[in-house]
Amino acid sequence: MYGRMPCKGDFNERGEIEMNQSKAKNKKIKILTGNHAAAYAYRHARVGVVSAYPITPQSPVVEQISEFIRDGKLKAKFLMVESEHSAAAACCAASATGSRVGTATSAHGLMLMYEMLPWASGTRLPIVINLATRSCGAPWSVWDDHSDFITVRDVGWIQFMCEDNQEIYDTNFQAFKIAEDPRVFVPTIVAYDGYILSHTMMPVELEPQEDIDAFLPPLNHHINLSDISQVKGVGPVTLPNIVKREEGTAPGYYEFRYSLQKALENSIDVILEVHDEFAKKFGRSYGNGLFKTFNTEDADTIIFGMGSVSAQARTVIDKLRKEGIKIGLVSLRLFRPFPVKYLRDFFKDKKNIIVFDREIGYGYEGVLCYELKAALYGLKDCPFIKGFIVGLGGRDVKSEHIIDGVHRALEQSKKGDISYETEFLGLKLDELDFLD
Amino acid sequence: MPDTKKDYQKILASVQKPVIGEAGKTGTWSKLKPIIDLEKCIPVKSGKFTCFNCWIFCPEAVVTRTIPPEIDFDYCKGCGICMEECPVKAISMREVKSK
Repeated sequence: MYGRMPCKGDFNERGEIEMNQSKAKNKKIKILTGNHAAAYAYRHARVGVVSAYPITPQSPVVEQISEFIRDGKLKAKFLMVESEHSAAAACCAASATGSRVGTATSAHGLMLMYEMLPWASGTRLPIVINLATRSCGAPWSVWDDHSDFITVRDVGWIQFMCEDNQEIYDTNFQAFKIAEDPRVFVPTIVAYDGYILSHTMMPVELEPQEDIDAFLPPLNHHINLSDISQVKGVGPVTLPNIVKREEGTAPGYYEFRYSLQKALENSIDVILEVHDEFAKKFGRSYGNGLFKTFNTEDADTIIFGMGSVSAQARTVIDKLRKEGIKIGLVSLRLFRPFPVKYLRDFFKDKKNIIVFDREIGYGYEGVLCYELKAALYGLKDCPFIKGFIVGLGGRDVKSEHIIDGVHRALEQSKKGDISYETEFLGLKLDELDFLD
Repeated sequence: MPDTKKDYQKILASVQKPVIGEAGKTGTWSKLKPIIDLEKCIPVKSGKFTCFNCWIFCPEAVVTRTIPPEIDFDYCKGCGICMEECPVKAISMREVKSK
């Protein structure tokens, strides 16, 4: 796998990108933005219905998809709607007819979709949303952070965070396969950093259509409303208790929601399975499928982050190791369901974990940080965990911020004096001249 | 005993067909019921299948399109829309003792 930006060694004498994998037959490397990688993934996944509404920085995804449909390269129905809420509703309805459905959005678009998201998960519709992450207003910002991504963590969707454009392309196929698995049937969000990935071009290896078709067979849905002979109501008023009917006993709301939770818990096995199958077939893997590790074998200190934050943290590992800190990186790929068992197993003999959150649970601390703390609760010799906030609203996350965070955290760890105050890295309060 | 490891897979979307009385006998919700004065009722007087505003407007579909129209008090919630819509004021709302 080369899931990374191209570097010096990848270019031949003529300055063309030459990757080992590109020599394989039928493989095609295209230089794509993250958004277009997502659009190509929808095309190769043979999505049947797309309904979306434009929002920065996601818009190029649906622009590209509509061009594919116009050119006859993708046989799909593109539904134009008046808002994201309608887009999500149209996706739910389309999915209930047994079609493979995808959409894309960002920030407030996702928040407007929010009302429909629990409907999709409660009805177990395997929809996929590509989310180019963006900060939430006010004040108005179109730049990147993960604030939108974390707002939907409790609605019952599987959530992936990608670190490069190849991963966006690959994760989409895995997302459809996982979402459509009879053991799962849960909708999925594939997220990637707005602008940092969505508008940055990287070489993306595109797979031949027949290989994708073999990996991702057509959807075999549990609902098919297009069958007119079976007119039914989907997701109607469902009473608190079970109801005895002539045709059998119907579950109550409680049973449906229990099933959703079990499906999410058990989806981790499916996610690992699908990731391994993908790796075997296409030769690219992303850690164990749940999180990626970097220089962690001998490390006692771990940087923990998602997406662009961990991509940046990769660059400081070498520098910190030269200082004598045995440091490694864990980049979370699967945010929901939170891979508690695997994280506990991984972190059980680590000493320090420094979490960098590109979002914040206002009034508490970084969401990733407190989720990790909760996951490791009760661990014997629980590692020291310290969280920092970085890069909200597109503020650059620089190497020196991460190094500064690691130093501050290790100092606190050494003294055994954890500061529970939320610390922001890269703030420029001292440059504001009205503050004396 | 259900197998919790597997049986959740059989509980997917809540899918229902419309049936009578899904939420119980809704006729108990109100004591006031519409009583049709058959001497004024247009279909009864004319002997023809005409008018039937009560049948058209009933939101609970408890009025029959027959001569004379009949009302199913088991599911009539007593909203009074039929009384409001009757062009000859043949319907009045009266207290009916539940059986």
